[in-house]
Amino acid sequence: MLHVTLALVATRPAWPDILVFAASASVILIGSVGVVTARNPVHAALSLVMTLFGVAVLFIEQEADFLAAVQIIVYAGAIVVLFLFVIMFLGVDRHEDVTTEPLAGQRPLAFVLSAVTAAGVIAMAATAHWVTGAPQVVGPIQGHITDAASPAGETAQLGKQLFTTYLFAFEATAALLVIAVVGAVVLARRPPVPEHPDDERAESELSS
Amino acid sequence: MSLSGAWYLGLAAVVFTIGAIGLMVRRNVLVMFMCIELMLNAANLTFVTFARMLGDIGGQAIVFFVLVVAAAEVVVGLGIVVTNFRRRSTTVADDLNSLKG
Amino acid sequence: MLHYAYLMPVLALAGFLVLVATGRRLGDPLAGWLGTTAVAGSFVVACLVLNCLLQSSSSNRTYVHNYFTWFHSGGLTVPIGIQVDPLSVTMCMFITGVSALIHLYSIGYMKGDRDYSKFFIYLNLFVFSMLVLVLADNLLLTFVGWEGVGVCSYWLIAFWFHRDSAASAGKKAFIYNRIGDAGFLLAIFLIFERTGTIQYESGPGGGIFGQLHHLGGGTATAAVLLLFLAATGKSAQIPLFNWLPDAMEGPTPVSALIHAATMVTAGVYLLCRVNHLLVLTHSGMLVIASVGGVTAFVAATIACAQQDIKKVLAFSTVSQIGYMVLAVGSGAYVAAIFLMVAHAFFKGLLFLAAGSVIHGLDDEQDLKRMGALRRTMKWTAATFTVGWLAIAGIPPLAGFWAKGDVLDNVYAHYKVLWALGLLTAVLTAYYMSRLQILAFGDDPRWDKVGPGGEPAHHAPHESPWVMRLPLVILAVAAFLGGALNLPWAHRVSLDSWLAPIFAGSLYHDGLQRSAQWALALTDVAAALIGVILAVALWRGSRVDKPALEPQFLQRVWYWDDAYDTVLGRPSRRLATFLAWVIDARVIDGAVNGTAQLVKATGTATRKLQTGYARHYALGIALGMALIIVFMLTRTWWG
Repeated sequence: MLHVTLALVATRPAWPDILVFAASASVILIGSVGVVTARNPVHAALSLVMTLFGVAVLFIEQEADFLAAVQIIVYAGAIVVLFLFVIMFLGVDRHEDVTTEPLAGQRPLAFVLSAVTAAGVIAMAATAHWVTGAPQVVGPIQGHITDAASPAGETAQLGKQLFTTYLFAFEATAALLVIAVVGAVVLARRPPVPEHPDDERAESELSS
Repeated sequence: MSLSGAWYLGLAAVVFTIGAIGLMVRRNVLVMFMCIELMLNAANLTFVTFARMLGDIGGQAIVFFVLVVAAAEVVVGLGIVVTNFRRRSTTVADDLNSLKG
Repeated sequence: MLHYAYLMPVLALAGFLVLVATGRRLGDPLAGWLGTTAVAGSFVVACLVLNCLLQSSSSNRTYVHNYFTWFHSGGLTVPIGIQVDPLSVTMCMFITGVSALIHLYSIGYMKGDRDYSKFFIYLNLFVFSMLVLVLADNLLLTFVGWEGVGVCSYWLIAFWFHRDSAASAGKKAFIYNRIGDAGFLLAIFLIFERTGTIQYESGPGGGIFGQLHHLGGGTATAAVLLLFLAATGKSAQIPLFNWLPDAMEGPTPVSALIHAATMVTAGVYLLCRVNHLLVLTHSGMLVIASVGGVTAFVAATIACAQQDIKKVLAFSTVSQIGYMVLAVGSGAYVAAIFLMVAHAFFKGLLFLAAGSVIHGLDDEQDLKRMGALRRTMKWTAATFTVGWLAIAGIPPLAGFWAKGDVLDNVYAHYKVLWALGLLTAVLTAYYMSRLQILAFGDDPRWDKVGPGGEPAHHAPHESPWVMRLPLVILAVAAFLGGALNLPWAHRVSLDSWLAPIFAGSLYHDGLQRSAQWALALTDVAAALIGVILAVALWRGSRVDKPALEPQFLQRVWYWDDAYDTVLGRPSRRLATFLAWVIDARVIDGAVNGTAQLVKATGTATRKLQTGYARHYALGIALGMALIIVFMLTRTWWG
């Protein structure tokens, strides 16, 4: 199975793939830059949605169909909506001054360090040999469109692994979600307001 | 049939960088949070790329968990932002510096 | 009977322990009688052991018994054992005998003292330690006894510790002893390293004396000189002698017992015990003899100018021990032992009589305020006279024979030192006669007001019988003691008795009869010259003669002052420097400086915590960049 995969990777890509990649990449990049430079937080959130869509397309391109769907539903549909909700709730959808920088040396340093990181990663990606030939941990990805041997597909395989090999992590993340919800409730509630003593007295007089 | 993985990795690196710059440069807490989401997405893209390159479904499983944890993190983080806003009426990160040594 | 030899020290120890438990309740005078009985018991055992040895043939008189092993350490095995031979039995005899008499004396002398029972506790412990010292069969056990007597000496000198001078004197004695002890220890290490054992004659390979061939000349000299350093400390020779005059701060029985009869002879005993070692090194013997001779002379000159009755006797002790050391250095061990025994008799007697005088005159010790005591303290005067004649060397008392023996042997070996010894004999006779005249002769001065305005004394009273009896016994011993080693008696003499110990190293003077007679006559002449000189100079009522008592001599040849200038003051300056500069500034500075450094580092590093989340994000980005770069280098260059 491995050499099949390798062969797939090593063959000259078809022009639809290139096109899809190029389009998605530009969408992603424009969205990212938009997030970073938008003055209005709402604009930033919308740019983020754009980016997430682009990433979802790339997921599909790389045969991670289930993840693409989850990305749209959870990330774009829930998380960004939550962001927008909080922005509106707090009423901070005002323009922010992005030109000035109160902290000295922050911008130059940020650019330099991030550029170094990016350059390093790209250099590594270009020059390193990624395929190690090590045995697969959980089995090859099945469900390629032209693969007739396993018609159940990649989703089924992912699900199977989640409920067997990664079961503990799965349960732990379930617990994590519960904790997050409880934490959010506790954080966000208003402290109980003590009742006015006069009201209490009046109330008791009325009832007696 | 798809492009070689290096392209995807490079793209992910660039997105990550943009997210990092945004985190360090922007002052609005909510926008900083969105930049964190950008970085997480870049990481997800990388994982899925490797899942394809190595032929290992484990990469996708990791992405699944990253998604879940990112969701939980956003929930709690926004809760903190809301609480802080109630006290100080500001979402500028620079105003939250009372823990300075 | 020899199996019970251990009873000698054990009885004294038992006395000590019982007194520790019950002494305060027994009080005055029962505690004293108990202590005396314990030591008298030891004396009886010593006599029985002596009898036992006398009955065996002369070649079979060494009995070594190992009771148990104290400890092992590597190749070293230290047993607890005793060695009963003529030398140790001789020592035990006069130690226990004189101690018993002094215990008896102390019952009367210390009467009314606040710490009566404590005195006898210390005395008994001292006797125990001294017996351990002489009976031990190995160097380390000897050292234990050595230390024990040192400690007891310290306690007893500083017995009246609320007096500053007494407390300082005790400290001084202990410190000088300690310096010698360092030499002792180093000698033990050296000997063990070469011979692999520290036992004298028992043990593997025949003990130390059986393995002398392992010791080269240099090692033997070094070991001997180190042991001699210990002996100078314990026996008060140059350069460690100035503790002994100060030790007179202790009660007079202490001075008699420890600083005349027993402890100060321990050094001489040690040298005699290791005589097989001494014979290996001629240079060592020369050093020993020279130091002994010079000490004898110097101490005698100082004694001529002292005004305290006990100080005269103290310097006299130093001088007489100088004679013993001189004898040892000339190879005349038997003469040294003979003088030791005789000295125990007459010096003990002199000290006890002096104590009687002090007791009778209400603690007056200044010779210039005594006089004509012969009229009121008859017993004391009579016994003191015996002691005086004995030490001066007038025949037929013990001193003449003993000192003569020493001088004869020295003459045959070192003529210069013999001349020095003869001169010292003249001085000895002189200062003792001076003492006799000032204290007992002439007219009374105690009934007049003193030069510093001190009130006159009332008539001195004679001492009670518990104090007089020891005086009489010792006087008899001093008179007849010469019989121990008469030159013409070869069968019944110390010479033949001690010969097995010193076989092979005993120096035979080889003098002819005529030379012996000539030397004897010179000794008598020297004694008489001294006596006549003293009588001529000191007879008469005028006692203030500064010309005869120069400051140089009174101040002990400025020896104490020299030590203070050379050692004392620089040490104090060094200590001040170390305390205020090194300790306060350097060490405290380093410790506090470390704390300050940490604090400064913390204060500086604190500035990194600005409180801005974006700065922290920058920090994370920096770390990230570094890691990526590091990984890159690893990828490219492995």
